[in-house]
Amino acid sequence: MIWFSALVLIPLVAVVVTAIDGGWTVFWNTITNGQTMSAIKLTVFTAAGVTLVNVIMGPLIAWVLVRDRFWGKSVLEVMIDIPFALPTIVAGLVLLSLYGNADSPLGIDIANERPAVFLAFLFVTLPFVVRMVQPVLEELELDVEEAAASLGASRMTTFRRIILPSLTPAIAAGAALSFARGVSEYGSLVLLSGNLPFKTEVTSVRILSSIENDNVAAAAAVATVLLAISLAVIVLLDVLQRRVAARG
Amino acid sequence: MSIEVRGLNKKFGDFVALEDVNVSIPTGQLTALLGPSGGGKSTLLRIIAGLEKGDSGTVNIEGVDATHLPAQKRNVGFVFQHYAVFKHMTVAKNVAFGLEIRKRPKDEIAHRVDELLKLVHLSQFSHRLPSQLSGGQRQRMALARALAVEPSVLLLDEPFGALDAKVRKELRDWLRRLHDDVHVTTVFVTHDQEEALEVADEIVVVNEGRVEQVGTPDELYDEPANDFVMSFLGEVTHLGGVSLRPHDIELDTRPRLAGGVEGTVSRMVRIGFEVRLTVLTVDGDEVSVVITRTHARSYGLEEGSTVWLTPADGATVIPRMVAAS
Repeated sequence: MIWFSALVLIPLVAVVVTAIDGGWTVFWNTITNGQTMSAIKLTVFTAAGVTLVNVIMGPLIAWVLVRDRFWGKSVLEVMIDIPFALPTIVAGLVLLSLYGNADSPLGIDIANERPAVFLAFLFVTLPFVVRMVQPVLEELELDVEEAAASLGASRMTTFRRIILPSLTPAIAAGAALSFARGVSEYGSLVLLSGNLPFKTEVTSVRILSSIENDNVAAAAAVATVLLAISLAVIVLLDVLQRRVAARG
Repeated sequence: MSIEVRGLNKKFGDFVALEDVNVSIPTGQLTALLGPSGGGKSTLLRIIAGLEKGDSGTVNIEGVDATHLPAQKRNVGFVFQHYAVFKHMTVAKNVAFGLEIRKRPKDEIAHRVDELLKLVHLSQFSHRLPSQLSGGQRQRMALARALAVEPSVLLLDEPFGALDAKVRKELRDWLRRLHDDVHVTTVFVTHDQEEALEVADEIVVVNEGRVEQVGTPDELYDEPANDFVMSFLGEVTHLGGVSLRPHDIELDTRPRLAGGVEGTVSRMVRIGFEVRLTVLTVDGDEVSVVITRTHARSYGLEEGSTVWLTPADGATVIPRMVAAS
């Protein structure tokens, strides 16, 4: 508990206190500021969208890794973790060189565009759901699926009523992580997105620029809003997960 | 005949799991597939259930050719060694699963689940999760779940294998009584000969992918077709060129009967009312003999005593085919 307090609670409280210290007007002015609002919107919606993609693709990738046998499987297994291991700024460089200039080897140039933010989020959050679901899937006993089959359940029904409810806690946890990571992402997107106000500027960049302008209160205000949103999403996912698991 | 298996072959890579297996399983009876681990009995059961596919041969269930039917369409109840419970569902939901799939009316399902839970003595646990049940209770729940869909045959794969000895014995008796009530054609796999002898109406002995013998427990015990069946169903010893059970040897301290084999008691172990002797015969054989404590005391036996051994009248005796182990 002390450990948890020192590492998590005290810094979080400090942020909120700093935000309040600046006074209510400063807080309100900061977050209703058009540029800030636009940054918050972009960050939250993109993170939500990316999380949605991960919720669908993550279990699929995990399924392939656990159930299928194919050439190069162990290589893929390692590759999944690369977005974890890579310093995010390096990830940003990689993305920039692939998708970010006129002579891109893939012929795609999305530098300074909103899809750049989406792509950067997607890249860094890919492993979360996969890695949460994989061990659960590995532990799922085959005879449970066979039992369902012998009771007359089709593959689809077995998946929907037996496999999915067992996976939802893991998917929800992965989704929460993926969303939180998306909201806080900085390194991988600063290069590719160009940080254009009202267009591709995300909240983490906004916070940094506030601090650089010596406006700590404004930075803390934005941070507090992000904190509240993240908390709400985590609670929401937990409720959702309980619902799905109970429906079984 | 409820289940007819003809010319069934199954290989896993190079390993031959089943070789030209032919079995007929009678309707309404409790049949045991008995044999050592890795002998192919579970594979045979899984092929009957449609959970595994044979390489060649046919499976016929209740007159319907089921060889190419998927498991979902066979109307077979299957009970697994490790229960295979649906962890996130309550006991009642587990039992109701097969009926819900069949889209039965809600009140009919509730009624049937009630009935089944009563049958397996789990009524008061209907709202618990499987993780809150003991192993024996879980297996009873799995049995109720399998029975819910009114299967034409009930298949149990080592159903009591994961339970401790006491619960195992209780459930075994209970299964026998349940079968007498429900009368569904039942096949269960076991490697425990006592379990098979005690519970089954008929036993199919499976070894190394082949059926060694089919018969009632008495037939198998009294007239084993070969050395393997004989040794698998109980202890076997060898005396003067024949195989027989250690308790079917008559022992005397004088050469009273013709054909008696002379030997010396080399080891004597008493377990409750019985005494187990190892006798070294003059032919150089080591023979196990089991006699009662009273018997041993009346002869004043001790290690080193000289005795004469003869097969008892009415003993199950078959010519010795393999070297003494």
